[in-house]
Amino acid sequence: MKILVCVKQVPNTNEVKINPKTGTLIRDGVESILNPDDDNALEAALQMKDQNEGTTVTVISMGPPQAADVLVECMAKGADDAILLSSRAFGGADTWATSNTIAGAIKKIKDYDVIFAGRQAIDGDTAQVGPQIAERLGIPQVTYVEEIVKCEEKKLTVKRQLEDGYEIIEIPTPCLLTAVKELNTPRYMSVGGIYEAYEKEITVWSEKDIPVEADAIGINASPTKVFRSFTPEPKGRGIMVEGTPKEAAVKVVEELKKKHFL
Amino acid sequence: MAVKINAEKCKGCTLCVKQCPFTAIDMVDKKAVINDKCTACGACVEACKFGAITKEEESAGKDLSAYKDVWVFAEQRGGAITPVVFELLGKGRDLASDIGDVNLCAILLGKNLGDMTKQLFEAGADIVYTAEHDLLENYTADGYTKVISDAIHEFKPEIVLYGATHIGRDLAPRIAARVNTGLTADCTKLDIDQETKGILQTRPAFGGNLMATIKCPNHRPQMSTVRPGVMDKAQVQPGRSGKTVPVTLNLQESDIRTKILEIVKTAKDMVSLTDAEIIVSGGAGLGDASGFELIQKFADKIGGVVGASRAAVDAGWIDHSHQVGQTGTTVKPKIYIACGISGAIQHLAGMQTSDIIIAINKSPIAPIFEVADYGIVGDLYQVVPELMEAWG
Ligand SMILES: Cc1cc2nc3c(=O)[nH]c(=O)nc-3n(C[C@H](O)[C@H](O)[C@H](O)COP(=O)(O)OP(=O)(O)OC[C@H]3O[C@@H](n4cnc5c(N)ncnc54)[C@H](O)[C@@H]3O)c2cc1C
Ligand SMILES: Nc1ncnc2c1ncn2[C@@H]1O[C@H](COP(=O)(O)O)[C@@H](O)[C@H]1O
Repeated sequence: MKILVCVKQVPNTNEVKINPKTGTLIRDGVESILNPDDDNALEAALQMKDQNEGTTVTVISMGPPQAADVLVECMAKGADDAILLSSRAFGGADTWATSNTIAGAIKKIKDYDVIFAGRQAIDGDTAQVGPQIAERLGIPQVTYVEEIVKCEEKKLTVKRQLEDGYEIIEIPTPCLLTAVKELNTPRYMSVGGIYEAYEKEITVWSEKDIPVEADAIGINASPTKVFRSFTPEPKGRGIMVEGTPKEAAVKVVEELKKKHFL
Repeated sequence: MAVKINAEKCKGCTLCVKQCPFTAIDMVDKKAVINDKCTACGACVEACKFGAITKEEESAGKDLSAYKDVWVFAEQRGGAITPVVFELLGKGRDLASDIGDVNLCAILLGKNLGDMTKQLFEAGADIVYTAEHDLLENYTADGYTKVISDAIHEFKPEIVLYGATHIGRDLAPRIAARVNTGLTADCTKLDIDQETKGILQTRPAFGGNLMATIKCPNHRPQMSTVRPGVMDKAQVQPGRSGKTVPVTLNLQESDIRTKILEIVKTAKDMVSLTDAEIIVSGGAGLGDASGFELIQKFADKIGGVVGASRAAVDAGWIDHSHQVGQTGTTVKPKIYIACGISGAIQHLAGMQTSDIIIAINKSPIAPIFEVADYGIVGDLYQVVPELMEAWG
């Protein structure tokens, strides 16, 4: 089998904080990481590789040159090779243009059985790129995959997470699946793997190398435009209720009654 | 749209570099220079004290006037309309009146639509577009994408809203790619720009640290998925009716490539969390799983339901369906009581619009107190029993 995994380098938003005085993002020391859901997507691909001889795993990322770091990390975990889609022309893309670019690269690769993506990237939180790649390639999809139930010749059975339960779905290959964190526990890089990964070369493609139209990529092609961005206004701090637990409890309940909440 | 820096006006102060959320501004020879990470968000435009940064708007150029009406995707599961649809109809009515002279419509797919059409009319739909077919009994990405994309081509709506549910977020991006338009994910606020009559879609990014307002100026329909639990539900007007319009169906078995083998409902109370008037939530401060027994007892006593922070869910103390926050459920109860929750931004993102927030935490500097109407510094195991007592 040939498996492709779409991975994105993202800022660790857990560490991004707002300076409450200036309202600006504090970015100092915020590291760039492999998007968490993409780590689960990669792990699913590597497990298929472990179980099916002759399987190869290729990781693909679109981003600036430093996104190569996450590709090296993926190879150190066991991916066979890596493609970086990097060009000024790709910059500022929304999900519509990003999926055009990545689907363009996949059209060039041509042969594949399964494409994995993460459910969503923690910088934008859109969860749109996976399904849009599938649509561009004309292949079926299952999103929110929390278990690969069965992997057979030309078809997979997967469990799709729903808010109030799950579905078991059979899907023919080639197809695209998006991974949620419940799917597996990602492995760590091995020392040998890290060593080997640095020996490997990353293929870099620009818009000249892939079948996409100039008016389908980058910021100018993106239908959505960011009109304004701002830091959310914090809800004001209320009253700190003093006293023993009993006194505090009584005061709060009195206040609620006064305001007719009770 | 593009952001431009006027090198003559740039003083090299680096204020814009600090403000940029995307590290898209470099300093080259003491002047700010935009690099390819720029998304034209405009954060730098406001940051610059010297008027050196400007943003250019493209002109529309395309004729978009054929597109009319506000549509809501009427998601249903097993014959029951998903609660978020009524929130979309509530918001959709506001949008339709702000645009003026357009209809609020719903599009409903299924095998037996039964009285669901009537419910949509009573919640404010003027027109319900229907697609009734054996192959549409259960949601599939293939089947629904085809039917709705065809209907969009046939009837040309100006705006289409979807709930940001697991189904909405599977379906809407595929439709957006097929009909070639923009899609804004997981919106928490929608308005109409009075000047252009276009939609302004506001959503959190960077884990709730930043809000972005997004437009879709040159493509139609304008589409958004909307976070459940954020918009107010439409008022039900019993007996209200409207027009039913069946869409042209062109669906074959071979169009649907996936096969659903099983649909399982686990006993989860997701829905009651969004609808709850009182929520009592527990976090890592409970110390162990048994802490939720106290939380449950408190909730039962005051007629509330149990919520949780991600830390409590990750520890395995309680099921994910109870999680409140950015990756859990967004809630807006009358009273939210946070017990032993620190108040991380991702948690606040899902509960800070509650009417009254009561926080109990033993650390006086816990960030949860920044959003609490009433803060009690103390051990929850002492305070909660007293609250139960005082509640009466
Ligand atoms: C991408 C992403 C998405 C996320 N999504 C969510 C989300 O949807 N929802 C969410 O909740 N989190 C989310 N998080 C996690 C979030 O960042 C925090 O880690 C989490 O909310 C912390 O939970 P907590 O407040 O229960 O735990 P802690 O931060 O450990 O806080 C425990 C608190 O309890 C207090 N305490 C301890 N003992 C007692 C006692 N006996 N009595 C009173 N107080 C006590 C402590 O002072 C402390 O403030 C997300 C993180 C990421 C990176
Ligand atoms: N620039 C990118 N390069 C590679 N994969 C991406 C990129 N952007 C998004 N993806 C994939 O699409 C998924 C969803 O991303 P998003 O739609 O941005 O939330 C991610 O988890 C990745 O698997």
